Amino acid sequence: MEVGKSVPRVDAFDKVTGRARYADDLCPRPVLEAKILHSTIANGWVKSMDISRAQALPGVVKVLTCFDVPAHQYPTPGHPWSVEEAHQDVSDRKLLNRRVRIYGDDIAAVVAQDALTAQRALELIQVEYETYPPLLTPEQAMADGVKPLHEEFPGNVLKRHVSEIPMPESDFKCAGDVLSFPGYHQFHGHYETQQVQHCHLENPVSWAYVEGGRITVVTSTQIPHIVRRVVGQALGIPWGSVRILKPYIGGGFGNKQEVLYEPLNAWLCTQVGGRTVRLDLSREETFQNTRSRHPISFDVRAAVDGDGFLMARECIAVSNQGGYASHGHAIVSNAVTGFRQTYLDQLAHRSEAWTVYTNIASPGAMRGYGIPQCNFACECMMDDIALQFGLDPYQFRYQNLMPPGYVDPLNGITCHSTGARECLEKGREFIDWDRLRREYQGQSGPVRRGVGMAVFSYKTGVWPISLETSSARVVLNQDGTVQLQLGATEIGQGGDTVFSQMAAQAIGIPTEDVHIVSTQDTDTAPFDTGAYASRQTYVTGHAIKKAGLLFREKVLAYARELLKRPGELDIRGREVVDAASGEGLLTLAELASEAFYSLDHCVHITAEATSQCKENTFSFGCCFAEIEVDIPVGKIKVLNIVNVHDSGRLINPKLAEAQVHGGMSMGLGYALSEEMKYDPKTGRLLNGNLLDYKLPTALDHPELHALFVETDDPSGPFGNKSLGEPPAIPVAAAVRNALLHATGVAVNTLPLSPQRLLEAFRKGGLL
Amino acid sequence: MIQVLKCTVNGKPVELGIDPRESLADTLRERLGLTSVKKGCEVGECGACTVLVDGVAIDSCIYLSVWAQDKHILTVEGLQDENGELSPIQRTFVEEAAVQCGFCTPGIIMSAVEIVGSGRHYTRDELRRLISGHLCRCTGYQNILNAVERAVEEVHRTVGK
Amino acid sequence: MYDIASIYEAKSVDDAIRALKEDPGALIIAGGTDVLIKVREGKLSGCRLVSIHGLIEELSGVVLTPGGDIEIGPLTTFRQVAEDPVIRARIPVLGQAVDQAGGPQLRAVGTIGGNVCNGITSADSASTLMALDARLRVKGPRGEREVPISQWYKGVGRVDLAPYELLVKLVIPRENYEGYTGHYIKYAMRNAMDIATLGVSCLVKLDEQRRIVDDVCLAFGVAGPVPMRSYGAEAAVRGLPVEQAVSAIGKAALEDVNPRDSWRASKALRLQLVEELSARALAEAARKGGAAV
Repeated sequence: MEVGKSVPRVDAFDKVTGRARYADDLCPRPVLEAKILHSTIANGWVKSMDISRAQALPGVVKVLTCFDVPAHQYPTPGHPWSVEEAHQDVSDRKLLNRRVRIYGDDIAAVVAQDALTAQRALELIQVEYETYPPLLTPEQAMADGVKPLHEEFPGNVLKRHVSEIPMPESDFKCAGDVLSFPGYHQFHGHYETQQVQHCHLENPVSWAYVEGGRITVVTSTQIPHIVRRVVGQALGIPWGSVRILKPYIGGGFGNKQEVLYEPLNAWLCTQVGGRTVRLDLSREETFQNTRSRHPISFDVRAAVDGDGFLMARECIAVSNQGGYASHGHAIVSNAVTGFRQTYLDQLAHRSEAWTVYTNIASPGAMRGYGIPQCNFACECMMDDIALQFGLDPYQFRYQNLMPPGYVDPLNGITCHSTGARECLEKGREFIDWDRLRREYQGQSGPVRRGVGMAVFSYKTGVWPISLETSSARVVLNQDGTVQLQLGATEIGQGGDTVFSQMAAQAIGIPTEDVHIVSTQDTDTAPFDTGAYASRQTYVTGHAIKKAGLLFREKVLAYARELLKRPGELDIRGREVVDAASGEGLLTLAELASEAFYSLDHCVHITAEATSQCKENTFSFGCCFAEIEVDIPVGKIKVLNIVNVHDSGRLINPKLAEAQVHGGMSMGLGYALSEEMKYDPKTGRLLNGNLLDYKLPTALDHPELHALFVETDDPSGPFGNKSLGEPPAIPVAAAVRNALLHATGVAVNTLPLSPQRLLEAFRKGGLL
Repeated sequence: MIQVLKCTVNGKPVELGIDPRESLADTLRERLGLTSVKKGCEVGECGACTVLVDGVAIDSCIYLSVWAQDKHILTVEGLQDENGELSPIQRTFVEEAAVQCGFCTPGIIMSAVEIVGSGRHYTRDELRRLISGHLCRCTGYQNILNAVERAVEEVHRTVGK
Repeated sequence: MYDIASIYEAKSVDDAIRALKEDPGALIIAGGTDVLIKVREGKLSGCRLVSIHGLIEELSGVVLTPGGDIEIGPLTTFRQVAEDPVIRARIPVLGQAVDQAGGPQLRAVGTIGGNVCNGITSADSASTLMALDARLRVKGPRGEREVPISQWYKGVGRVDLAPYELLVKLVIPRENYEGYTGHYIKYAMRNAMDIATLGVSCLVKLDEQRRIVDDVCLAFGVAGPVPMRSYGAEAAVRGLPVEQAVSAIGKAALEDVNPRDSWRASKALRLQLVEELSARALAEAARKGGAAV
């Protein structure tokens, strides 16, 4: 079995020797450098620009402004293109924009012989603005009389939708009736999450050149095939005349599931005669001008019966979209859906989701796609309900969990397998929940301890909301090994390794005999939409399995031709064997040599398959956290923490565990320290750098524990389900609920920073 | 304005023309092609550009190349031995699944080379402190610590014999 | 590539002073961890630099003088200060303080002199040097002079360093450390790679029974625009039994400080920390001195 083994990463050697090449490592030197002029207002218009001094600076090749770019707008999110116009992404930006919608908006660009000259040229550009007050919150943006950010959306509401699940026969007419029914416990709460950023260590960087009349962009992206399409759309050129190369990338976490600066880089390249131009974003630009996690505020209600069953819930979520639509309404829509799914409402559920344009840096996709936000609201709510109505928070969750076989009434996603309950049991035991809940009850004193938990569910891929498709190609090498070619991308998560294992499993050869082509070149890589939605092991996995089995059949057919013997054949290890006896008949190396060089029947054995995935499934998990809170100084220390996951069968347990560590780490930052902050007067991002944005260091982490409950999902290619994003989801709520346990103080806004804690403790009478 | 920089890089004497405005990270990446030296922030906050200067881990992005005159520079490219064997810390990084996206990896490995080379034992918390000048978003530092801890132990054991 | 107009590598302290005199607009660069970041931010772009980075022999190292004073060369890195045997034996609190600046790589390059000369209130060495009443020896074209650190800070980012002058020594007089034990608390949002939200350094001298606070020196970073001593709090608890001193010092310190509201932390948060951490720093310093707290 190659699947299920903790084989070392296929790229580990290259990465520890410094040999793995990332986008900028491949860039030829010297190269023309592009730098972007960012607006110094958050809201308004560029009235005029004087570029004469910049243009005159020696070493400057070209200065281009928002007055020079193509007039049409294009979309940027890493979604599969929709052939139905109604479902196409919002096209709301140009390559450079006269209408300034965020502080630091892209209004001009300089191409120069070197970066320093480009930088100095930027400083010589004179800009005249028409300035409006910055609108940093949905409330401000929706107020009467404010100027719309985009004229297509006069009230700054990008989209609003309301949905209710069909109700069983009863006296209640709608969710509102159930929620206000006096016979049930009635709960309402308000929760808010903050804006945080991915903070992949490699900033987005690309370089572009024209060759053979086509434009090539080498870029740090999760979605090369989508980048190709969007560059084509943005420049108004045929998609086939764009070529994207994606080498190793230094993390993405969803930020690079967006077409960020590739179109601008490509366009600048075409404006300087197709010479190679590099566009290397600084960390500060990455914070200000790329994506982030949406701040979402939640107003929730619940009705709970006397036995502690959820009768109905309502979730109203307002998402702050910043200046550009990016993934648009999809994220808050996913958030209210996620809020609905983890627990079963017996009678009714109502969702209302808003996406509102404002002038903050535009959020987009980030690990979990709205679910970390809704999970905070949902799981705080579960603890708050338990506290208010005297329920045990563990039992309350346990008895309301999504049942096996559940079908989401609105999108049809089905629970094909669930280890949710086993996850809870395992976590409870690991953290010693029952003892700690008792022991930490009713403490006094300045330093107190508590234990909390949170549960989540997460779908796998994007079907049926969007297209799910993947293609894989398996190619025989002369020595009997194979190449695996995919459009799916390695972004640090370990994709290449588990893809190799899957191919090996399907074909019947050792993983080390699968040579994966890590770099995607859209000219040669099969089509796949890329790394997002925890989809690749599931969707691409199906394609690999299909291509692998097809390849295996072709090899066996050729073997039968060569061997001319009766009986079933099989591939085991590096040999074609007699399926019944296991007797080795022909090595794959011999077979390959024959296939490549036979004077009789020469054939290059390859297999290619597309798998359109029209299925989805839920993964589950939970986090248990034990904390100590130092009340007078407002600090939380996490003493012990465990995530337990049901992600179906693990393809590579060691890498799966590592993925969970990373997600937990991201969750801890979300819980405790990370937050993008703005100057209310100017709308400028105040802490867009790695000193002021508090990404946790090694010293800010406890030991991270990851446990698994392996179910065998019938819909997964190898019994597997989503894993990449889920670990980041439940941590913040678990920590917050531990704080509630420790102090009795409910802090409903993230992060649980000292400032916020001290205010809450003062209000709660602890100080 | 070109100046001559003479120093030793990965054991080899090097003499090259540099612009005195260059950071050591610039020189190593742009002039010597040592692309393991990554840039993640350019202000000494992320640690991705960490190299050893005379055996001490520093952020090469905020270190001027002119200061490297006559010094010994070591990057990840200089760690494999003459037979191509990985150094102990590189090996434990592979074995402990301490590598994910790999962008912080060379820098942390260089800090770890100094840690492992000190010949001392460290507690887990001391190790956390010693690698706290590196940011990693993929691993939660968990397997990185495991790798450093194991390399320290293994080297210590070998030397102890 | 940094936007620097020129960089001159000084051959000696006198050469550096000469270079500064010849080019009055030039700035000193030592470890570079502060200046280079400002250059990159654009605050100092196009600047001319005089580098003293190489003047290790003249400006680096820790020396215990025959009289028992401790002299620290300004080019001594944070790491060297923290690891120095004289510092560890005699003023461990200073080593403890500088060992919390940034991260290991920064501490291997950043210098204690730079930390004092950039004049910022959050400097990790500053509050402890204030508590120790360090003396700063500066050299200029007209020779050397010594400034008590209490008169060093002139305002945000400004120190008592005339044009063409260079810090050449930090001196901790024997009487300022002998018999004292100290504790530094850096309060920040992270446990590494951070600037202090508040820095508190407390030195205490106990009576022979280890019960009475004979003397106390309390100093803060980020409790005002520059590092500061809390003389009022010191006077308020001097002579008190340790436990009383611990419970009184925080409130007393509030009278002395003047932190500001900023997006990094509110004034209310910083005041709360002043009160709480003064007490904790004193308690810990006294514990190190043998008190049963």
